[in-house]
Amino acid sequence: MVDMRLPPEELVTGDRSRLALALQSDFAYQFRRAPVAVVSFAVTLVLVLGALFAPLIAPFDPFDPASLNLMNGFSRPMTPNAFTGDSFWLGTDDQGRDVFSTILYGMRISLFVGASAVLFAMVLGITLGLLAGYVGGWTETIIMRVADVQLTFPSILVAMLIFGIAKGITPVEYRDQMAIWVLIIAIGLSDWVQFARVVRGATLVEKNKEYVAAARLIGRSGPAIMVRHILPNVLSPVLVIATISLALAIIAEATLSFLGVGAPATKPSLGTLIRIGQDFMFSGEWWILFFPAATLLALALSVNLLGDWLRDALNPRLR
Amino acid sequence: MKQTHIMTTPILSIRNLTVDIPTRHGVLRPVNGVSYDVAAGEILGVVGESGAGKSMAGNAVIGLLNPPAHIASGEILLNGQRIDTLPRDEMRRLRGKQIGVVFQDPLTSLNPLLRIGDQLTETMLAHLDISPSEARKRAIAALEEVGIPGAAQRVDSYPHEFSGGMRQRVVIALALCAEPSLIIADEPTTALDVSVQAQIIALLKRLCRERGTAVMLITHDMGVIAEAADRVAVMYAGQLAEIGPVREVLAAPIHPYTDGLMGSTPLASRGKDRLHQIPGAMPRLDALPPGCAFHPRCPYTQDDCRADPGPRIEDGAGRAACFHPISRTEVA
Amino acid sequence: MALVSIRNLTRIFDVSKPWLNRLIERKPKALLTAVSDVSFEIEERTVYALVGESGSGKSTIGKMLVGLLPPSEGHVEIRGIDLAQETDADKIESIRSDIQMIFQDPYASLNPRWRVRDIIAEPVAARGGKTEGLAERLLEQVGLSARDAGKFPHEFSGGQRQRICIARALASEPKLIVCDEPTSALDVSVQAQVLNLMSDLKDEFGLTYLFISHDLTVVQHMADRIGVLYLGRLVEEADPDTLFDHPAHPYTQMLLAAAPKLDGFGREVPPPQGEIPDPINPPPGCAFNPRCPLAAERCRTERPTLRDVRGARVACHFAG
Repeated sequence: MVDMRLPPEELVTGDRSRLALALQSDFAYQFRRAPVAVVSFAVTLVLVLGALFAPLIAPFDPFDPASLNLMNGFSRPMTPNAFTGDSFWLGTDDQGRDVFSTILYGMRISLFVGASAVLFAMVLGITLGLLAGYVGGWTETIIMRVADVQLTFPSILVAMLIFGIAKGITPVEYRDQMAIWVLIIAIGLSDWVQFARVVRGATLVEKNKEYVAAARLIGRSGPAIMVRHILPNVLSPVLVIATISLALAIIAEATLSFLGVGAPATKPSLGTLIRIGQDFMFSGEWWILFFPAATLLALALSVNLLGDWLRDALNPRLR
Repeated sequence: MKQTHIMTTPILSIRNLTVDIPTRHGVLRPVNGVSYDVAAGEILGVVGESGAGKSMAGNAVIGLLNPPAHIASGEILLNGQRIDTLPRDEMRRLRGKQIGVVFQDPLTSLNPLLRIGDQLTETMLAHLDISPSEARKRAIAALEEVGIPGAAQRVDSYPHEFSGGMRQRVVIALALCAEPSLIIADEPTTALDVSVQAQIIALLKRLCRERGTAVMLITHDMGVIAEAADRVAVMYAGQLAEIGPVREVLAAPIHPYTDGLMGSTPLASRGKDRLHQIPGAMPRLDALPPGCAFHPRCPYTQDDCRADPGPRIEDGAGRAACFHPISRTEVA
Repeated sequence: MALVSIRNLTRIFDVSKPWLNRLIERKPKALLTAVSDVSFEIEERTVYALVGESGSGKSTIGKMLVGLLPPSEGHVEIRGIDLAQETDADKIESIRSDIQMIFQDPYASLNPRWRVRDIIAEPVAARGGKTEGLAERLLEQVGLSARDAGKFPHEFSGGQRQRICIARALASEPKLIVCDEPTSALDVSVQAQVLNLMSDLKDEFGLTYLFISHDLTVVQHMADRIGVLYLGRLVEEADPDTLFDHPAHPYTQMLLAAAPKLDGFGREVPPPQGEIPDPINPPPGCAFNPRCPLAAERCRTERPTLRDVRGARVACHFAG
């Protein structure tokens, strides 16, 4: 296929708007032809929008004690409560909190922690990966050895360790507020290695290309070349990893919260909700566990599938 | 100048070959109604610039078109037998036995994990009715024939232990070991240095002459064609522009494209300040002009060149696909 | 005074395996001498061509000249200033902006994420110069349209990309452009367009080129003076007519005989013998002696130095 020339963009697009251009692109075309990608994107979008606009959508504010009625506790889904006659879509928990609303608010925390952790890991990983790849020598050796060592510990273990240390040094009264941030740092720190590895690999390829030589030639400094020239060219694999990491980070957050070292019960994430819910699993109140768990599954699965598709779509060798 | 005409049926015969690539923007046609023959003991040079379709035509012959590219129409005959309609399995057998292939990068044709002797004997055992010890003897003989010093020792080396030029020799030995009647060499010397290139070209010529193998030599290098080929087919935008004996086509081209191409080589302009240049660039496959594909760049364009259908080389006869070929009567 | 003066330039690369592997396999350090004691001068407003096969060190010399690689030994002086030794930052800056480079691969030498406008203007923008309208003006100068400034590199063909590279090289108004195989990735007809453009620009801007190529025909067309390299050593230097009509060094003779001729129909010349030796363990004496028809005992022990032979400088004991 050496001889084939790809269709020229200008012939296809003319001078239409940027949006039209994007919709015409090969990327958009591939996306439309992949049903799995379309469905997972739709599910992700619905869940993210639900979390984002939780205060507008949720019928109740689960964190407002004034709106809670203990009499509503343990309402079954779609069934009027025996005492108050109130009906809840997905039922209520032991304290009478609407499960649907707690899921929406819980997802907010899950997504916030997941996204922030990935962002943190991404910034750290990209910086260290670029440095290791571009500078080389001892810088590279040290960064990559640290990464290797980090990889030998399971990430949950690393997260728990950091969580434990943070818990030890924060005063009790701040612990609940700190918990979220500690979670983000803990998950982010256990996740930067793969970003660093991928960025370093891509940087090693890019830095030997002649456009980098051209930039060095005119006296551009190392940081300028790394940020302005190399960084934009190593971002596509980063995007793929970031998407898959987001799914993993949400699960990690849920795991930590489930184990009781994560989000506090006053600010429950999906993981916390599942932990609370499992107490009632065998007493017949299945919905308190089931709906948060199903939401977590749907969220993680669709984000992960989206990442998988993105990896295939951005990898020219698979096309 | 008289050409000895070969009366036997050609080894390879391509008739009106058309290759299509359906894309979402429409069907691209990288090879468009191409016909040529290669006779036994003959080297046919196929030249053209990138995008001319020369490699795509070669890949069609060996049945290695990457989907969605496919043969849309036309026939490919090997020793009088149609091969473009063969099922994949039979085509694969044929490719090893009857058609030898040499690509630009020798590493794509060699398995890095196997000793070259094993790769040679494996191919021979699959296609020839001989014993393993006979195959090994022949492998060493094949390596000697392509000029690898110390063949008896080096037969047990791995591909990475050879230099680029030596590797290409090994690939040629591999292409030849099943005694094919046709060799397709796609830019076999492009990755090599000048001195090594001369060695490989001399080798190809000698083997073709001694064994009577038909060779289709695909390259962009006019000098290589001049020295190696008996006949030359010039391709432009998927079509055959000019075909004929190499002395006639290169020394006195009658298609304006061949003329321009020859003129733009630095050798042809020795002593001049500027090189002759063809204006513009080869059209993209999805933006071919109507009529003759070369007309927007041609200095001799007239009205009929712009109208469909464009000029074609008549099947079996004719030399240039041009309505207004350069008259060479006064030159010759 | 010559614009560029290269004196006893040598570059050695350490191509050893990591020390742990060396320790286990008991192997010494492997040193590759890519460029060995090369000296030549480039006059202002001329084209000096370096020819040679792969491994001849021609690109390494180019990289040392523009300052992408430091020399192991020897000096590169531009207007009498050695960039590796000079301490005055202003002088270094002014020399640096006088040198530009055009690379072989038009696909790798443009950042795919940048617009053409920013690519072309970068050499000026990096020094804080005014870049308004610069890219548009240069694009028209190299035969493209000013409207192309807003496009990305992937929208251009190989020849057009090489024009963009030339426009970038011109942006800082250099005196010297090092052209490393600028047309070997291009088709013949496109090559002619690019070479013509380079000739025109040279006259228009009074440029000096160091033209690196493996293609003898291109070199013959472009150069005012040609240096032939073999295994990192300068073996012959002459003007094109002398070199092509009366090559003095046996390697040059072999190279010229091996190059395909457009009118060489059915030419049967005995192909060159042997291959380029391993640069890690070059043969003693003259590097060409294992392949040379003239080789004698002296060639295996004593390395020939450049001497004048009928208008050329030749490193051979027996030439002339």
